[in-house]
Amino acid sequence: MRLMLFLSVFIPLAGLADVAPQRQAELLHLLKHDCGSCHGMTLKGGLGVALTPEALAQRPAEFLLTTILDGRSGTPMPPWRSVLTREEAAWLVDVLRTGGFDE
Amino acid sequence: MSDRFSAPLRFLAVTAFAATLSACAAPRGTGDLGIVVERVAGDVLVVETTGRTQLARVVGLGDLSHASAVYSRDGRYAYVFGRDGGLTKVDLLGARVVKRVQQAGNSIGGAISQDGRFVAVANYEPGGVRIFDAATLEQVADIPAVYGLENRRAKVVGLEDAPGQRFVFSLYEAGEIWLVDLTDAGQPAIRKFRDVGRLPYDALVTPDGRYYIAGLFGEDGLALLDLWNPDAGVKRILNGYGRGEQPLPVYKMPHLEGWAMAGRHVFLPAIGRHEVLVVDQEEWREAGRIAVQGQPVFVMARPDGRQIWVNFAFPDNHVVQVIDVPTLQVIKTLEPGKAVLHMEFTPKGEQVWISVRDEDRVDVYDTTTFARLASLPADKPSGIFFAARAHRIGL
Repeated sequence: MRLMLFLSVFIPLAGLADVAPQRQAELLHLLKHDCGSCHGMTLKGGLGVALTPEALAQRPAEFLLTTILDGRSGTPMPPWRSVLTREEAAWLVDVLRTGGFDE
Repeated sequence: MSDRFSAPLRFLAVTAFAATLSACAAPRGTGDLGIVVERVAGDVLVVETTGRTQLARVVGLGDLSHASAVYSRDGRYAYVFGRDGGLTKVDLLGARVVKRVQQAGNSIGGAISQDGRFVAVANYEPGGVRIFDAATLEQVADIPAVYGLENRRAKVVGLEDAPGQRFVFSLYEAGEIWLVDLTDAGQPAIRKFRDVGRLPYDALVTPDGRYYIAGLFGEDGLALLDLWNPDAGVKRILNGYGRGEQPLPVYKMPHLEGWAMAGRHVFLPAIGRHEVLVVDQEEWREAGRIAVQGQPVFVMARPDGRQIWVNFAFPDNHVVQVIDVPTLQVIKTLEPGKAVLHMEFTPKGEQVWISVRDEDRVDVYDTTTFARLASLPADKPSGIFFAARAHRIGL
């Protein structure tokens, strides 16, 4: 139910169709293991903040997108622009905000 | 690939292994034993480095997505620190969990005291250090990492043991180093060093137990505390090693705990630079830099100090490089496979065990010929911890 609520409240930045299924699997792997090296494999937080839907509820999607692509100066968050396209980053923002990483 | 046994079947399998271990009536030492963490399943493998085999799998250690371990002084028990704040005491000989406590919400690692009586855990949530009786895992002390005027709590990193029954650790957000003396375990004496530098992310204690060095994420430099003379305070070393150059993105924080000292040199990962820093330990000055393939994560000396082995952050985490200490040159680049997470040397360094997460393997290399000697299946392996750590300071 909560998932439905998030899906209906947030306007996705990118449709799921923009990222091919195989790439989606790669992105989920990246999210879990590489983002997870700071944010925790379950994304409940480590040295980096928690990235659960609850933790991100107050963050605008555009802010999350910019953070992923350009990093946050003054923090260890690096820019992922050389690794991810804007569409892929937007897809990850959707996944994060809907908890879609939690298979 | 990972095994697909159901939990009860796995339990049976483990019990059978344990029975086999104890049924081999001949008593056994643990000097060639160790554990490999399976980070997704939350299990550990008990391995031996003489025949290079897996002896058992111990299940049910919770969330081991970031995990490390220290050993009891008899080398029989591993204390495993899980991401979820779980502290688990594992009997290597019995291949079983002896005791497990859920001591916090989010942890990063721990240490065992000089005399082996106390196990300390560094916690992110709630930020602080908790200390437990190593025999019973009963809590003996709680040290909240409170800092600043607003009494906020910092995440604790770089918790190490030091001679004199002491623990040393750093406060990430606070930029502080705390030195705790457990001589009177009921009344830990805490000494705080403030303004040591921005965002200490990890630390090491030199193998002689004399120096504590914290890496700083927020600036180019490291913080050094002489544990023989804490009155001298924390001093900054290698200040400005980046010299204003734009740092490269860091896709994974380096780990300092796998110290690398060889002769008079200490080898450390640079932050935001694809370099290993060489530090002269007598003067604590930069003695050189070695260009490497990517952002170093672990920079570890072979026990004889002749070689330094380095692994890397994403996207270079399929590579391991070997530095020859006399010439300070990279002499070998290995490609063990996708996502090399950790390396552990056998006590005298003739082999190194390397976990290759995305290949579901632990590979064993000969450190002289660089030949792959063995490969053990493991489900998303991460940390490898051999029982010989029991007798080393700061590991």
